Amino acid sequence: MIFIQLFVTFFLIGLFGFGGGYAMLSLIQGEVVYQHHWLTSAEFADVVAISQMTPGPIGINAATFVGYRAVANAGYSPFISCLGSLLASFAEVLPQLLLMAVVLKVLLKYWDHPVKNMIFGALRPVIVGLIGAAALLLMNEENFGRPDVTPWQFGVSVFIFVATFIGTSHFKISPIRMVCYAAVAGWLLYI
Amino acid sequence: MGICLEGFRTCFKIGLFTLGGGYAMIPVMQHEIVDRRHWLTEKDFLDIISMAQALPGIFAVNMSAYVGHRLKGWKGSLIFASGTVLPSIIIILLIALCFHNYSQWHWLEAMFKGIRPAVVALIAAPCVRMWKSVGISMSTVWVPVTTALLIWMVGVSPVWIIVAVVGGAFLYGKVSQMEDDGKEGHL
Repeated sequence: MIFIQLFVTFFLIGLFGFGGGYAMLSLIQGEVVYQHHWLTSAEFADVVAISQMTPGPIGINAATFVGYRAVANAGYSPFISCLGSLLASFAEVLPQLLLMAVVLKVLLKYWDHPVKNMIFGALRPVIVGLIGAAALLLMNEENFGRPDVTPWQFGVSVFIFVATFIGTSHFKISPIRMVCYAAVAGWLLYI
Repeated sequence: MGICLEGFRTCFKIGLFTLGGGYAMIPVMQHEIVDRRHWLTEKDFLDIISMAQALPGIFAVNMSAYVGHRLKGWKGSLIFASGTVLPSIIIILLIALCFHNYSQWHWLEAMFKGIRPAVVALIAAPCVRMWKSVGISMSTVWVPVTTALLIWMVGVSPVWIIVAVVGGAFLYGKVSQMEDDGKEGHL
């Protein structure tokens, strides 16, 4: 029974999950904590922290973790709980894959159509602005600290920001390598 | 087979090393898929970002599924998408099975204090690069600037902006096409 509910819930979350990982987390919280009571609020706080601190898409991390905990809290063994987490993740990505199938079918039909080219041509500069906005939104206290309250962290953060920006765009250092350097710097400077 | 296996490995690597959610994946994918492997041009990559953003669901999964579809059809999209999500699932399951005291991870918290500003830079850098490759001129500069301000200051969802631009471009395209047809008709 819980498996069917888990599937339906995460299918709906995947279907209505616009706006990235953080928007999805609040959807998951509403369904999983307040609607179905599969997890307590404290457990969900763990889910949020772990989803952000582990690599990969936040929505997948959260679905995997919630799927496991929901089934484990219902009294099943760890092995069955693992199946619950796989089910939740699969249910979450299923709607977008189905939608993509429909969209691509239509799109491929009109691939060389001038109106299609016009639409994508108009979207390109918009996407540049969109990514710019994402970067601006992330330049906040949570990521950089505050110059008046935590000047040390703020200074280090600005330095890491500038170094990463120049390193990847000017010296063509791989982004993965840059993140590893930043992790080592954080570990050395803050521990 | 070559591209499928290589694509799975590349996406696995991207999923394994991307911290901070979907947007942080853009520079990593760009580096691996456009710069290193030349599977897509920068323009194709931008078009895939707009599709991935306009549809619901997990951005990174949309991105990798579209890239996979461009290269190898449906098989490619499933292989690329599963490569992207598999590291997450494995890591989370290990954590759920083995660890219970998450608040004790001070060293991880310290590392993340260093990683977060780096991730912001990783998202800012491709913006500058795409600015050049899209060829933004004096007459089009208002488009990215207005978009960024609407999202950043006003809090408009990117989805609505994309929907509006698609609708506008579609109508404009249809009208100009009808005008062309009309001219031909008179001749």
